[in-house]
Formats: sequence, structure tokens, C-alpha cells
Amino acid sequence: MKIFLKNPLAMSGFIIILLVLVVALIAPVIAPYDPNFIDINSILYPPSLNHLMGTDGLGRDVFSRMLYGARISLLVGFVAVGIATFIGVILGSIAGFYRGWVDSIIMRFVDIMLSIPTFFLILAVIAFLTPSIWNIMIVIGLTSWMGVTRLVRAEFFSLRQREYVLASETMGSNHFSIIIKHLLPNSLTPIIVSSVLGIASAVLVESGLSFLGLGVQAPTASWGNILTDGKEYIQFAWWLSLFPGLAILITVLGYNLLGEGLRDVLDPKNKN
Amino acid sequence: MTAYLIKRILWMIPMLIGISLISFFIMHLAPGDVTSNESSFNPRASEESRQKLRELYNLDKPVIIQYGLWLKRIIELDFGNSFASHQKPVLWERKDKSGNITKGLIQESLPITLMINLLGIFIIFTISICLGTLSAVRQNTWVDRSITLFVFIAFAIPGFWLALLLMYWTGVSNQWLPISGLHSPGFENLSSFGQFIDLLKHLVLPVSISSLSGLAGISLYVRNGMLDILHQDFITTARSKGLQENKIVFIHALKNAILPLITIIGLSIPGLIGGSVIAESIFAIPGMGKLFYDSVLMRDFPVIMGILTIGSVLTLIGNLLADIGYAWADPRVRKGLVK
Amino acid sequence: MKKFLIFTIFIYSLLLISCSKKDSEVIDYNKKFMINPGGSLINAMTGEPSNLIAMIAGDSASSAIAGNIFNSLIKYDENLEYAPDLAESWQISNNQKTITFKLKKGLKWQDGKPLTSSDVLFTWKLITNPNTRTPYASDYQLVIKAETPNPLTFQITYADSYAPALDTWASLHILPKHILENEDINNTFFSRNPIGSSYYKLDNWISGQQVTLKANEKSISGPPFIKKLISRIIPDTSSQFLELTADNIDVMNINPIQYQRVFPAKKDLQRKIELYKELGNGYTYLGFNLKKAPFNDIKVRQALNYAIDKDEVIKGVLLGLGESISSPYKPGTRWNNPNLNPYPYNPKKALKLLNKAGYIKNDKGILLKNGKPLKFEIITNQNKQREMTAVLIQRRLQEIGVEVSIRVIEWASFVNRFIKTGDFDVVVLGWSLSLDPDQYNIWHSSQQGPGQFNFLGYSNKNVDKLLEVGRKELNILKREKIYHEFSKYLLEDSPIVYLYAGYSLSAVHKRVKGIKQPSPPAGIYHNNYDWFIPKPLRRNEIME
Repeated sequence: MKIFLKNPLAMSGFIIILLVLVVALIAPVIAPYDPNFIDINSILYPPSLNHLMGTDGLGRDVFSRMLYGARISLLVGFVAVGIATFIGVILGSIAGFYRGWVDSIIMRFVDIMLSIPTFFLILAVIAFLTPSIWNIMIVIGLTSWMGVTRLVRAEFFSLRQREYVLASETMGSNHFSIIIKHLLPNSLTPIIVSSVLGIASAVLVESGLSFLGLGVQAPTASWGNILTDGKEYIQFAWWLSLFPGLAILITVLGYNLLGEGLRDVLDPKNKN
Repeated sequence: MTAYLIKRILWMIPMLIGISLISFFIMHLAPGDVTSNESSFNPRASEESRQKLRELYNLDKPVIIQYGLWLKRIIELDFGNSFASHQKPVLWERKDKSGNITKGLIQESLPITLMINLLGIFIIFTISICLGTLSAVRQNTWVDRSITLFVFIAFAIPGFWLALLLMYWTGVSNQWLPISGLHSPGFENLSSFGQFIDLLKHLVLPVSISSLSGLAGISLYVRNGMLDILHQDFITTARSKGLQENKIVFIHALKNAILPLITIIGLSIPGLIGGSVIAESIFAIPGMGKLFYDSVLMRDFPVIMGILTIGSVLTLIGNLLADIGYAWADPRVRKGLVK
Repeated sequence: MKKFLIFTIFIYSLLLISCSKKDSEVIDYNKKFMINPGGSLINAMTGEPSNLIAMIAGDSASSAIAGNIFNSLIKYDENLEYAPDLAESWQISNNQKTITFKLKKGLKWQDGKPLTSSDVLFTWKLITNPNTRTPYASDYQLVIKAETPNPLTFQITYADSYAPALDTWASLHILPKHILENEDINNTFFSRNPIGSSYYKLDNWISGQQVTLKANEKSISGPPFIKKLISRIIPDTSSQFLELTADNIDVMNINPIQYQRVFPAKKDLQRKIELYKELGNGYTYLGFNLKKAPFNDIKVRQALNYAIDKDEVIKGVLLGLGESISSPYKPGTRWNNPNLNPYPYNPKKALKLLNKAGYIKNDKGILLKNGKPLKFEIITNQNKQREMTAVLIQRRLQEIGVEVSIRVIEWASFVNRFIKTGDFDVVVLGWSLSLDPDQYNIWHSSQQGPGQFNFLGYSNKNVDKLLEVGRKELNILKREKIYHEFSKYLLEDSPIVYLYAGYSLSAVHKRVKGIKQPSPPAGIYHNNYDWFIPKPLRRNEIME
């Protein structure tokens, strides 16, 4: 923990994430307007005291939409990474624990998935399934579990040779409980780090999909689609793209700093 | 080494079949086919004529038979013709009886994407190696921290937003660089050197934008690799022998830290190809990413399949080359890989 | 390594410096200029043309380019009346079944070969050939006999009189027989190397980047003033707009916010760019799935029509750049019934009608019938304006106690998953219309099969009859009456809520002269061969 406190980048990452999470949670309390409240008499107002971040093309309050958008963007990140981690941990555990042909098959599958350009895969599936927020989360999750699988497998490979694991195996504990009790807890570090970094990527992927018109769909606000709405007027209604752009930038940055910081702190190599 | 190579190449075959299976069945999640693009929703277009199209393209057959037919053709390197552009071959040019050449879609777009990505990889790696080394040498100082912050910001900024801001700044406000496309009007009248410079100017923004997000991963990798090595015995020995610090860093440590990067080049190919969709759309560059996106929206199955297959083959070849390069550079590894 | 970094930075800065600033001397674009031929015009398209043979293509980029290369027998003039194109005159027989076209003398293809009636006959055979992959054959299959008594005459006979006939001949590009005779039309180099007869011919085509046309000196109507038309392919509209403001393109379509807000705020843009607006050939509507309850109840449909504030939609979505309509025709044309008015916004009346239909508000303000709430989903495709429209409608309907959700779906899925299967409640969509008033395909009760256009399931015996009579009647005044009456039934039945007919907005650089302002009914592009760019205003980097 001390090392963590000493690392200013990781600390600032942690603070950013905390702030964004709090903002997302209390959005309904602090949002001055309903994010979908339309006022066609106040279209594209620049930022003022009434509208801290101005209004958009339908006169909706950008500040309120940003607050609610934070919820959606973070939700996409969390759920997508949750799915990816879940699949990754299961496949990685099986491969790392049983080895042999099971491992071969799983790892070939990982190799195959890794050779297909992921963003192409996401694009194709989302376009085919119609872009709803749930589909987006599922598809991002289903296409980003390979890294976790490899990590967990590698950890298991090295942990399995440890005496306490061998011991409990000879004592007849079943495989499932060995995995849950001994192997997984000791592989947690890389899993956590890669999840934190994964959330950052998922937020970016969502904004990229929004740019292509395949992201979270109207009228739900996400940072990605607020930014995409604003890109047409970058020289005129700058507030429409500046705030979501910065929000994505800072949040993704926060997750990355936190993830890297955690890696440094939790990595035994860096302890000395 | 030969045995290893042959084994590696043979491995690619089941991989390719796996890739094609996945791509093929994902595609059949799609409701709709080529006959349902915008133009066919025209009061003048009858369902009958669309049914006719479907039969021509075998779309009325069961999926598994379509896959079989497709696989058979792929083995002969026949990727078929695009639905949406009616007659263009997907992969390679075709000559008709009077000698007119119709270029293939991938043939036209792949070199552009490759050019941008190779330039991108080159820039990512040169800059990352510099930044990573500097970071490692100055570990935990403000230099290290600001480099880390910089590469993370570069990763975190939404690419299309930065692209538009830069287009506005360098293209509209200052007119330093062209905004989009690959050539200026009047390109054909320039000397070949002028054409080269013109192309280079058009590439500055797209290549910079697509390189930015790659900096973080690679430079941190170099940094951590360097740190590991700098703490290793042979470096300590070198130090104790009184070798110059610069020499240690640049000759001994760097060489060892760069080696594993070779494999990373291979692994980063699919990400770069996939990431080109957005850059190509915003900069109006007719590369493979844009082609893929258009084909997805048009349900142009032969092109989607062609790009997924070619993209994956490229990745496999990239990985193969990287492994060979790595093995070639480091005999220790070669032995390890052969087993 | 440091050297390398420095080298890279050096290269970058060299590039930046070498791109010298353009001189920004102030040019007065509003001066009077001499007309002289020359110069080139650059416009932007979002997609690449798929195929320059229009009968096979069908995307708007293709037809925009092909329209400059090929002629039809006749065309529409600036007031949307029929005018000669390849044909100098045409005659309709007394029984209204035969049309005789007389071609102009001395017509030539761009390669110098003569263009005769045998080319026209060839084109007709081509489009009606079952092996031709065209979606447009059905209109031409109605012709039972086509003849060429002599090289300047083309005569066609229909089994029954067919009123939209002239419209179909105005949209069929005539193709050269001497080149295509032995070609497979579905798969020919010609689609990317066309030989045409109109003002322009293809100069070069860089895949995915640009299509350049140059003046065709052999065109019967003489070469156009502007020597080169360059169409750049720029998929992203924000990039297009940046190119426009940086002076790199001359023409682009803009959106209402750019028209109403961005331009008025930017003096430098106003100085060099002229804006044009014209009514487009289409309208946006909210359509009910008439086969589904509660939309099979006319009272519910009318109620929802009253509950939607169309003026608000036009103001909010189009910033006022559109018109409300009450018949499925372009306002201002003869087919539009001037005695009809849109349903006014009247939530009270809407509620009254819903009460009559059995819906009663509960204490939470939600409309219920037999315990079930009035609740449906609006689906629309990915189109910013339609999305915003749906959002505005949702708000108004929720105010009277109707629960509405919105789903935006990418086009191919939209058509296949929802429209073709009839699995939807309400759509927000648009129809773009041809200039002929016949709408048999959209509204006749026989056109409800899967993939046909009456997917809402509208059926009214009176309307069926009017549509049947209308497509046989060639007398324009009688036809007008028929379609006015048809519009009246349609408005009353309210199978759709007419939302708006939007303006299409163009921004054109002021160096381009000869454009009619205000736009004539046919739009600014109809006379693009008369546009010119005065010598002092031309781009000097493009040689001719």
C-alpha cells in the first residue's frame, strides 16, 4: 500500500476512477435537468450558468447527459470486462489445470481468435445483431477474453508445481476446490490488472463504434454518442465535442494509470 | 530449423480452417443479404428480381453447403466477386476476353492499409524504444513519469476526435497539411518526386493518429524489459568492469530488450488492421478497414469473408515471420521452440 | 537512438514547413465575370459509385455520376415538365397505347459512332432481358412491342395505356449497342469505363478516392463550360465540411444546423460560399403496422396523428427547413391537393378519440384499455434526423399517456428483420418519390407480399380503384383529380402521419457561377452544364 501511495500516477488514476464512479452513481442527484428533456427553443446554446456544458441539437442539457452518459459508458466497460474475465478465467483454469490435449485445443482456439482482427469481428457482429447496449457489451466481452485466458493459464502452470497444490491433490481434494481455493486466489494479480486495463479499452471501443454509428443508440446518452453528435460542429459548437472527448480521455487515462500502478505494486519483482 | 518451419506452416492450415469457420458462421447471424441494401428498397424493385439475385449467389442454399462451396473456391484462391459492386473480383484482378483489366477490391485496398500500418509500426517502434529506454534509465524520476503520462494520454484520447481537431488545426486554420484523401487535385501533373511529397503530406495525419494508441503498450514493454535487464548479472558485471553507462544501456541492455519486441510486431498486426476502420473513414482513405465496414453494411459476404481470411492470413504470416526472426536472432529460443 | 528521434522530428517539421501557407488575398466573388469555358469543379460524395450502368447500380453516387455521362430519350426541365433529350419530339397515339419517339439528327457517342434508334431498342431489350440483374425491369416489361421503323424513330406499344410510361423513359439511360452487344451486362468492364453521349465523359477513376469527368466535345448539345468535374469520395461528413471550409471542395450537401447556425455565425464562410435550398423529392412519415392492434383502429391512428406536433418536429429537427404536408406529393406540384390540411396538434382531441376507442387514463396518467396500457415501439434506421424525430414524437405521446420506446436499427437488419417480416409496431421512415404520381406499389392492397412496398398493410377499396384508374389515365387534368381524391382518402384513413418534406441544402463555393438562385423546382443541379467558373477564380493547381 505504501508503494501505491508513493506512486503519484497510480494514485491520480485511482482518484480519477473514484470521482467518475461517484459522479456516475449520484448522477440523478446532481444532474440539473432530465438528460432527455428536449427544449427546441434552446438548441445549441453555449455553456452558461444555466447549462454548464451548453445544450445539444435538440436543446438537451449536455451536462446532465454527460452525467448519465458516464453511467452507460462505465456500464459498458464493466459488463464487457466482466464477461471477458469470466470466460478467460474459466478457459484459462481448465487449460492450465488439465494441460495436455485440453490445453492444446483451448490455446489453438485462443490463437485463432487472436489472429482475427478483433475490431472487424466486433463490427460485423454488432451490425448483424443490431446495435443495442446489451449486444455491444456482450460482443466486446466475447472478443476480448483471450488475454485473460493466457494469463490465468500461465499462472496455473507455475502454481501447479507448488508443494501445497500437489499436496492437496494427493490428499484427494477435488479439482474444482483446488482451483478455487489454491490456484485462483494466487493468480488474482494479473487478472485484476488486465481487467482494469480492459475497462479502459472497452470505453474506447464503445466510442469508436459510436463514431461508426454502431454504438449505444439514441436517445440513450453515452459519452461515445455525445462525442459523435458533436463532431459535425467541431468549429462551431465546440462544447458538444470537447466535454465528452475530455471525459473519455481522463477516464481511460485513469484506468490505465491505475492498472499499471497496480501491476507495479503487486508485482513481486518491483518490491525491492 | 527446417523441421520447425514446416511444422509451423502446417499448423497454419487448421488455424485457417478454424478462422474461416468462425467468420463464416458469424456472418450468418446476419438478417438480410445483399439484395436488401438501400437501393433495393425502391418502389420499382420487385421481390421477384431480388429472388433471382439470391439464386444467382447461392443465398438460397443451406449455410453448411454455402460454406462447403466457399471453402472449395478458396482452395483455388478464388474469393469470388463482390455483391455490392456487382462485378469487382474480391481478391485479385481479372482480365476479360478483350484484355480489359478489372482490379480486385483487396488488391487495391490492401497495399494502402499495409503502407499506413507499416509506417505506423515503424514510428511506434522507433518512438517507443526511445521513450521506453529513457524511462528505464531515469526510472521513477519526473522524466519517467511524464513519459508514462504522455503515452497513456496518447492511448486514451478518442482517435477520431483528435483527428478532427488536428485536421482543423493543420488543414483549415493553418493550411499546413491536406485534410483528407491520399492525393491532391492535380496530382497526376506533378513530377514523381512531387507526387511522393504529396503522398507523404497526406499520410502525416493518418499515420500519426493510428500510431498514437500503440505507443503506450510498446514503450512500457521496452521500459520494463530494460529494467529487468539492467538489474541482471551481466550488466552488473559490465558496470563493475568500468564500462561506460551509455555503452551499457545502448549496446548490451537495449539489444536484449528489443529482441522480444520482434514477436510483439507479429501480435500487433490484427489490432492495427482492425483499428484502421476509423482512421480510414475519417481521412477518406480507401483501405481495407473502410472496405470492410462498407461491406458489413451492404452485407457483401464474399468481401467480408475475403477480408477476414486475408487479414487473418496476414496475421499468421506476421507471427510466423516474427517467430522465425526471433529464432534466428536468438539460438537459445530456437531450441526451446522446436520441442 | 536519440539521433533517430531527432531525425523523425526533423522530417515532420520539414513537411510542415514545405506546406507553405496559401496566400489569403481577398477576392470579391460578387463582381460580374465573363463567361468562358474552362476550369474544374470539385464536389464530395460519401460513397463510391458501384457501377456506372444505372439500370444495374442503384446507389445515389452511381446515378449522380452516370447522369452526367448518359442521356435518356426525354428529361425533365427546370419546372419538372417533360423536355427533349435524345428525342426531339414524342407522340402518343389516340388509343393511348403507342408512343413514338423521334430522335435528334446527328447524335453521336463519345467515341464518334452514330447514336440511333437501334441503340434505344438494344437498351430496352437489355433491361427486359431476364438475365440482366436489374431491379427496374417491371416497368419496361409492360411494353409488348418495340420497333425501329428507321434510325431516327423508336416506337413502343403497351398492352394497356400506362400513364407513368413517359416517366420511365425519362429515367432510362440509353446505352451503346456497338460496344455492349456481345458483353455480359452484369459483368463488364463498361461499368467502369463507360462510353456515353452526354456532356461529360469519364476521364479517370481512382478507386475509393475520386472520379474525374471531362467535357465530351462530341455531345449533341455542345460541350459544357466547366471542363472537369472531380468527385472526391469522403465518407465522413465532418471531414467533408472541413474540406469545404478549407476551400478544397466546391460543392457539398449540408445539414440544417450548418445552414441555419454555422454559416450565419461565420463571416469568412459567407464571403466565399453560397447556400441553396430546394424541396427534396421525398417526405418523412410515421407509419403504423395496420395489421396489428391497436393500429387497425382508425380512431387510434387519428388520435395519434392529432397528438404529434409536426411543426415542432420541423422546427426542432430541421430548424424550420422543411414543410408540413398532407398528401404524399411534393408541395407545389400539381399532384398535391391544395384543399387538404395536416392534422393540427390537438392533444385534447386526441384524448377524446382515444377515449372513444376504449382507452381510459388511470390515476398514474397512463392510457388503459381492458387493463392493458397503450404501449408501442417506434423503430427507425440510422439517420440522425429520423432519430431526433422519433425522440420528439415520443415526448408528445408520453404527455397524453402513451408509452413509447425507440429503437434505432442499421438499415439491412431493419429491412430484413422487421419490415419484411411485418414484426414492428410503428416506423419512422421516408419515401422518396418519382415525379410520376402513381403510387400503386406503395398503397394498393395487392402489394402486401413479403418484400413489397405496402408493408404497412394498407387496404381501402376506393383507394385501390383510384390507383388502378390513375395509372391508365393519360389526360393530365383527369389524373390530377384522381390523385387529389386518393390523397384525401389517405389523409382521412391516417395509415401514416405525414411529418415533413425537408429541404435539401447545398453549399457551393462562390467561384461557381450560373446557378439559379432561388433554386427552380428541379433543383440547382438540373443545369450544371450551364455552370461556369470565371478565369480569375479557377484553381491554378489543376491543369486542363
